[in-house]
Amino acid sequence: MFRKPNPASGVPIYVQLKEQILHAIEIGALSPGTQLPGIRTLAESLVVNPNTVIRVYHELEQEGALEVRHGLGVFVASRRGSKSRMNNILIARALVEELLEKLRELNLDDSEMRRLFEAELMHKEVVQRR
Amino acid sequence: MPAIVETIDLKKSYAAVEAVRGINLRVPEHSICAFLGQNGAGKSTTLRMLMGMIRPTSGTGRIFGLDVGSERDSVRIRERVAFVAEDKRLYEYMTVAQIVRFTRSFFPTWRDDLEHSLLERFGLPRDRKIRKLSKGMRTKVALLLAFARGSDFLILDEPTEGLDPVSIEQVLQIIVSLVADGATVFFSSHQIAEVEQVADHLVMIDRGQIVLDASMDSVKNEYRLIQAVFSAPVDKRDFQLAGIERVYSEGPIVSLVASRNVDAIVEQVRAMQATSVDMVPLSLKEIFLETVKSR
Repeated sequence: MFRKPNPASGVPIYVQLKEQILHAIEIGALSPGTQLPGIRTLAESLVVNPNTVIRVYHELEQEGALEVRHGLGVFVASRRGSKSRMNNILIARALVEELLEKLRELNLDDSEMRRLFEAELMHKEVVQRR
Repeated sequence: MPAIVETIDLKKSYAAVEAVRGINLRVPEHSICAFLGQNGAGKSTTLRMLMGMIRPTSGTGRIFGLDVGSERDSVRIRERVAFVAEDKRLYEYMTVAQIVRFTRSFFPTWRDDLEHSLLERFGLPRDRKIRKLSKGMRTKVALLLAFARGSDFLILDEPTEGLDPVSIEQVLQIIVSLVADGATVFFSSHQIAEVEQVADHLVMIDRGQIVLDASMDSVKNEYRLIQAVFSAPVDKRDFQLAGIERVYSEGPIVSLVASRNVDAIVEQVRAMQATSVDMVPLSLKEIFLETVKSR
């Protein structure tokens, strides 16, 4: 279900894993009420530190994306508004596609576009951290 | 997080050479803690002191509260801690099956399930003598003997050295599952990729001194390469804020390696009228190279 995170990327493994789970929820690959693998199972299958899995599950629980039912396991939360969230993601995806189309017309290649996106996001990170 | 290992100013000298120069080491419980350093930095000496195989010149060290410098305590340490030495030394005249049976007899917590699954997964020939095994096979036997002991603390000195990528992934998977069961693993390695993959705590040693001791996430979140372009050449000495580990300059381009305090550094660089400021994360390999070089 999940891909092995890339440890060499500058992004911490817990962030990569968290984004994978959120993405799966957003696109509906994981629907509300679905049970996630246990900590040990997920750590073994992705060969990541079990403490990383614990941290990801804990943070996603705090953020309301997952629900921990004690003794039973971890489940995708049946969140109100998750439908509109999913809609927003679909709208966003269309916007991104449109933008990519325009950028291609300007003869930008994929790596140039990626750098632009990353630079912008990075810039925002700096602004937000201040 | 409580610590399983705690040393205070631990030192080891050989004649005029100071191999370990007063380290304060902490291995958090339930962590996978990686011990990084160049050859000769003092890793194996430290691990051997912890196991009571060599005596510290000064300072103290405790594992589970037991004193590593005391003869009596270090026997108990060796009972409780599964240790794989760098040389992976084994009884040459035994077969794989014999050495497994022999080792098992010492440990009441031995895990038969792991013994069987590891013999299988590692593809170890039970009836072959140790002396006839390849280097990789020997390493696997040594690891099996440590993993199956059922210890709650393992110290592994370069556990994956000489193994192929498939076997390395298997070893990491076993480490991960032991920690999921509540164990703590402290291992040294030159394989940055595997450290980055499974470790949640990092200790770097350089020339006998600890130069970095932090959680993997904080290292990844805080180390940044900041690149700035100025309209005129600038002086390296203008970059002296806390957290700046290294400064490189090439005409109008300045690269800063920052270990913390990134926001203030970026702010200062902007205030110096940089025409552009970029920030990128650093890989653990880059962090390692910068850390051991910068001293």
